[in-house]
Amino acid sequence: MTVSTKMANVTELEELRARILVEHAANHLSLVTSTGTCGLACGAGEVANALSKTVADLGLSDSVDIKTTGCHGFCAIEPVVVIYPERILYQHVTPEDVPEIISESVINKRIVERLLFRDPLTGETITHEQDIPFYQKQTKLVLDKNRLIDPTNIDDYLALDGYSALAKALFKSQPEQIIEEIKSSGLRGRGGAGFPTGRKWESVRNAYSYDGIRYVICNADEGDPGAYMDRSLLEGNPHSIIEGMIIGAYAIGAHDGYVYVRYEYPLAVNNLTIALEQAREYGLLGEDILGSGFNFDINISRGGGAFICGESTALMASLEGKIGEPRAKHIHTSESGLHGRPSDLNNVETWANVPLIINRGADWYSRIGTKGSKGTKIFSLVGKINNTGLVEVPMGISLKEIIYDIGGGIPNGKKFKAVQTGGPSGGCIPESMIDLPVDFDRLVEAGSIMGSGGMIVMDKDTCMVDVARYFVNFLTEESCGKCVPCREGLDRMLDILTDITEGRGKEGDIELMEELGETIKDTALCALGTSAPNPVLSTIRYFRDEYEAHIREKRCPAGVCKSLITFTIDAAKCTGCMVCARECPQGAITGKKKQPHVIDQTKCIKCGLCRDNCKFDAVIVS
Amino acid sequence: MVELLINGIKTQAVAGTTVLEAAREMGIIIPTLCYHEGLSHYGACRICIVEVVKGNRSSLEASCTLPVEEGQVILTDSERVKKRRKVIMELLLSSCPNSKTLQDMAANMGVNEVRFKIKNRDCILCGLCVRYCKEQMQAGVIGFVGRGTSRRVSTAFEAKPEECRNCGGCEWICPVCERACTADNLVNGLCGGCQNLVPVETCPICVHCSESVGISGQKVYW
Repeated sequence: MTVSTKMANVTELEELRARILVEHAANHLSLVTSTGTCGLACGAGEVANALSKTVADLGLSDSVDIKTTGCHGFCAIEPVVVIYPERILYQHVTPEDVPEIISESVINKRIVERLLFRDPLTGETITHEQDIPFYQKQTKLVLDKNRLIDPTNIDDYLALDGYSALAKALFKSQPEQIIEEIKSSGLRGRGGAGFPTGRKWESVRNAYSYDGIRYVICNADEGDPGAYMDRSLLEGNPHSIIEGMIIGAYAIGAHDGYVYVRYEYPLAVNNLTIALEQAREYGLLGEDILGSGFNFDINISRGGGAFICGESTALMASLEGKIGEPRAKHIHTSESGLHGRPSDLNNVETWANVPLIINRGADWYSRIGTKGSKGTKIFSLVGKINNTGLVEVPMGISLKEIIYDIGGGIPNGKKFKAVQTGGPSGGCIPESMIDLPVDFDRLVEAGSIMGSGGMIVMDKDTCMVDVARYFVNFLTEESCGKCVPCREGLDRMLDILTDITEGRGKEGDIELMEELGETIKDTALCALGTSAPNPVLSTIRYFRDEYEAHIREKRCPAGVCKSLITFTIDAAKCTGCMVCARECPQGAITGKKKQPHVIDQTKCIKCGLCRDNCKFDAVIVS
Repeated sequence: MVELLINGIKTQAVAGTTVLEAAREMGIIIPTLCYHEGLSHYGACRICIVEVVKGNRSSLEASCTLPVEEGQVILTDSERVKKRRKVIMELLLSSCPNSKTLQDMAANMGVNEVRFKIKNRDCILCGLCVRYCKEQMQAGVIGFVGRGTSRRVSTAFEAKPEECRNCGGCEWICPVCERACTADNLVNGLCGGCQNLVPVETCPICVHCSESVGISGQKVYW
């Protein structure tokens, strides 16, 4: 770090920025490892250590910079090493590959062919990061800085114009002007409900507070299965969120801020804590920010792991130290929220959008996206998809472009069946609607929601009844249990779904679930409950035939529900290779070499290992 | 004072009160379980839902937590309300079939079938006891533990706290353990002992209120 003194004005900030840029320009060859939680899980930490050690051993430390950043988004190819300035990308790097990378690419300026990315569709190798279709077809605004920033070093953020939006907001605009700017940008909340951010700020600013105290809160209680965009931003670029929150607090007139973050995100908490300390040290947070006379500080509050605490009133109850359960929202939290004061709650991604809008203007921002949904949205693309990862796309892009052009399609050339958007409270969108433009309003029309941006892709081997059961099971466990429709209703819904998947379904079950689902939707207390039946209702809407097959024919068309399927071996196809017999954990498969094998149904536990291992497609699921 | 329309009747209510209170003031009966006039409003049982009409759209809200507003249009027993209330009633009965309070309420609503699995939980988690203990007795010795279907009312660490004065208020206010249905032939969660088989008059004087079973024993709720 260059200096550790507090900056008293904007000039000092710009001087510091200039010094950092000069320093960075001197060290232009750098090896970047992506060490978000996803990267670390794949061994990126060891790779980064090996890189540092090798470079030090060879005495190259002065000319080569080793940097660790947050997640770049392409989780399927982790651990990733990118060599700057050319942006040569190596995928699935292990510590054993490191000496070769250093000797070939760093010293001899040659490419290590075997580590290059291979396009799953064309089979061609691609050398540069920017040429990979997964990155090429995205519009990275919020997520882009993740690849350039060491989240534990504020200087990296400052080098990329960090905190310039804050300076602009504090010294060149009135709070009302900032609110106006956010309003005309058309930014809508990224946490799920899609409420216009500017309007929310305005109502918090205008709400009466008897002692003038107002709060801004960042909702980082991300809990949707398969969604991790907030984690990635917190881990990779915490300063963008801090900067957004300071600007928001200035616009609203708040002096206290909270980040409510999941305890299950230790790296995010760690990086955010470091970022807050550094921002305070630089005079960007705390009293008299940059000499403007504006005071604001942020506290971290770690959640106890309840999904419901992502709901605004439950979150604020939890922040107050009470049970995390929602209350009726006839009096909005913008009027009476945390400790009864007007409170503004925005999602991580929403906050990260704020500096961009202030810096580049509402006009620029509102040109991206559709009529009712502006800007970009980060989706976590998971499930049966080749390029698993985080993708940032402009609103209004079609599902097809996300799944095929960016996501690289379905593994093993299988057929696409549906995509679940919006997390457990979202809905399934079938193949027939793959051209659907993705924005807040169109997703609702299709019976789903944008939610926080989870996207779970399913192929033809996915049973939709089983999917609905999975999500209802999740929500039953995560319901706070306060109101009857959500607590008891979801529990009974789960009973019916379990019965159907286990072959005990009966006529009338679908209609009963529809009635129950509509009741929960109409009468539950909070948004978790009112959207909880979505997975069931949307799968009934688009895949009713699958439910009927389970109930009437006791058959699972996708071959997933164990009680409804049997594994048999096609004698004509079986070559008697004995692989299945060796793999079977129950010893249920018998047969002589080069003779057709047989499965003993009394021993079979339907684990599917025989099918997965058979090279001749001889195992039939029926 | 604000002016609002409940079931087509213009009425006035004190600002800051709830739709439930305004309706009851008018003699309109809205069933409640987790509501008690001496306690804070909670909005958990959802049995008191009413339809709030806004233009050509409407939504269902729990009337016990819904503040009155100028020009509000409320329907307390529309078809939609009755349909949803019955399902909630079924859900309640399926968790506590032995409660006389619930059985009576179900009978008055014309619920004559419980289509869900019966799970004897012996508690509908209305939170009356929790609020009574905290707000009226200033003791606060019982509270909710766990979440979802594991949620239950308990004392801290399951031990009897010193602050408990054995007032018995928790038991007195409970809609479930206060009066257990003694009928010995609960059929599919429904009481066969009294109301469902033999229509009864519940009030000595019938004013034909919305909950009335009528003089002839005919249930008018549905």
